[in-house]
Amino acid sequence: MSILRVGITTLVSLFTSFSAFAEAGIDERINVAIKPFADAVAGFVFSSFPVGGVQIPFVLVWLITAAVIFTFYFKFINLRAFKHGFELVRGDYHDPEAAGEVTHFQALTTALSGTVGLGNIAGVAVAVSLGGPGATFWMILAGFLGMSSKFTECTLGVKYRNELPNGTVSGGPMYYLTKGLAEKGAGFAKLGKVLAVLFAIFCVGGSFGGGNMFQANQSFAQLVNVTGGDASWMSDKGWLFGLIVAALVGLVIMGGIKGIARVTSKIVPFMAIIYVTAGVAIILMNYSLIPSAFVAIFDGAFTAEGISGGVIGVLFQGFKRAAFSNEAGVGSAAIAHSAVQTNRPVTEGFVALYEPFVDTVVVCTITALVIIITGTWDPSVDPSAGVQLTSTAFESTFSWFPYVLTIAVILFAFSTMISWSYYGLKSWTFLFGENKFTDYTYKLLFLFFVVIGSSMQLGSVIDFSDAMIFAMAFPNLLGCYFLLPVVKKELDEYWADYKSGKLVKTKGY
Amino acid sequence: MGPVLMVGIDGSECGNRAVDYAFVQAKKSAAKLYVVFIIEWSPFTFSTALENAERHQRREEEIQRALSDVIEPVIDRLTAEGLDVEGVVRHGHVADTLAALAKSKGVDNLILGRQGTSKLKSHVFGSVGSRLVQSAECPVTVVP
Repeated sequence: MSILRVGITTLVSLFTSFSAFAEAGIDERINVAIKPFADAVAGFVFSSFPVGGVQIPFVLVWLITAAVIFTFYFKFINLRAFKHGFELVRGDYHDPEAAGEVTHFQALTTALSGTVGLGNIAGVAVAVSLGGPGATFWMILAGFLGMSSKFTECTLGVKYRNELPNGTVSGGPMYYLTKGLAEKGAGFAKLGKVLAVLFAIFCVGGSFGGGNMFQANQSFAQLVNVTGGDASWMSDKGWLFGLIVAALVGLVIMGGIKGIARVTSKIVPFMAIIYVTAGVAIILMNYSLIPSAFVAIFDGAFTAEGISGGVIGVLFQGFKRAAFSNEAGVGSAAIAHSAVQTNRPVTEGFVALYEPFVDTVVVCTITALVIIITGTWDPSVDPSAGVQLTSTAFESTFSWFPYVLTIAVILFAFSTMISWSYYGLKSWTFLFGENKFTDYTYKLLFLFFVVIGSSMQLGSVIDFSDAMIFAMAFPNLLGCYFLLPVVKKELDEYWADYKSGKLVKTKGY
Repeated sequence: MGPVLMVGIDGSECGNRAVDYAFVQAKKSAAKLYVVFIIEWSPFTFSTALENAERHQRREEEIQRALSDVIEPVIDRLTAEGLDVEGVVRHGHVADTLAALAKSKGVDNLILGRQGTSKLKSHVFGSVGSRLVQSAECPVTVVP
């Protein structure tokens, strides 16, 4: 009897451990196969040099330098055109004859749904954990500077967009790099072509990385987190989660089930509002801690006690997460903004100022304040905790919030994936031509990476995602430098008309 | 120059009654008649990047369909009766766009059918007719 019982228990435990081994095996094997490649790409893009004992990646210096130069070159356009940008979004200058076309509001919110997401939730948590509260200061500053980069690339995106014979509109860095630089002469035309191809390659990579794997990975992590952490039934079933998400994304991008995309695009803004409202509520409930939080942010920005790398280390964390969150200078948003109806490209540039503003200056700051005020940040925490840290911070006030956050994270991830699948596809077809075969090849690859992303460990996913997305900034910003005079001309002409009251102010919609 | 009339239609039975009424009035006073179809549209909706890219094309299709299915049959019928008729298709909020159009065309009387929306919906949000009666800058005739 007892022998039988021992035998059965052994069999059962053998069976369960075997099945656990087999399932863990799939995740583990995918991870092992991809990691060396991911690490190599990340190592190349993030080639860094030491500043004050901290390794600063060149790409970050590249992004911030461009943002600073653009800000000065356009005489603080990020502040100067802020009010006018709002008037444009509100529709004060809308031409009633163009009713039914894509409005500034629609172009802005579409671009925002591609950027507001995990960067604002997971990325900020990582920045505050590693860089301390002071990272928030540099994040906000990077957000303000990034507004000028967005202004530049989105103006160019509209100016050099393609209006195809069938009536569809498509634009983005691959078009302004080729067409814009070609206007400058034969030598530039060649350079433009090279830059455009490089951009398109990186953009395809970014659409598989940050626009896809990172999203799948982090939403899965949060799902495991709320269903019981390591003990969760889901915890070793990343591949299963990946398959489900891939099926849903596939229905939208391959099956043409527009209903799903349409529903998501309507729910996501509400999830963002819920997130922001909950964040503001937590901050207000702890109003007595607000002054000390700001003191911590300002002090931490310049003193950086106990943070590895000192002030430079803090600055690095803030800048890095801001850049990853709002993608200013990366060129992705120029693709989303290009479909707007306007005959003055610079107007969309003004509207695009609001993207880093909403994304980084507002949403990221709220996340950071919640983490600081609730005291959830802790320099010793594992940086790969990402979204879970934010979840814990919100949970400390609203115990039910992790569930809401999980839904929000999955929806944000989903809408970001849909957006990036479009950016990636546009780049892919730019490289390989537009036909059914190339179209389907890209989409299948995209779905494949959803599954891969859900199965990998966060570390290598984050590195690879960051690497591909940031790499886009090299060709994009280099081209933008050459095209600055074009933007300047558009801006000066428009600004003169605006100031002299030549623009027709309709009553709005 | 005679008076200017405008009739808003939506392809429904009630809209047709409004056209019949407008026809009688226009014939009596030798008025110019605008026949208007508004495609419900809001500038503040959320859409995907792909939808935006295809929006211009979709808009053209919507306008073409409205013209061929709704506006043109009416225009043909009224022109045959010797009336000076012009068709207009616009995107926008139905009542607000009709009011704005009526103003810009110098309309003397705006005519529309009563039952464009369902009963419940009009109870909650107000119907196009009742909203126009409140907001239009010209006399409004609501045809039952």
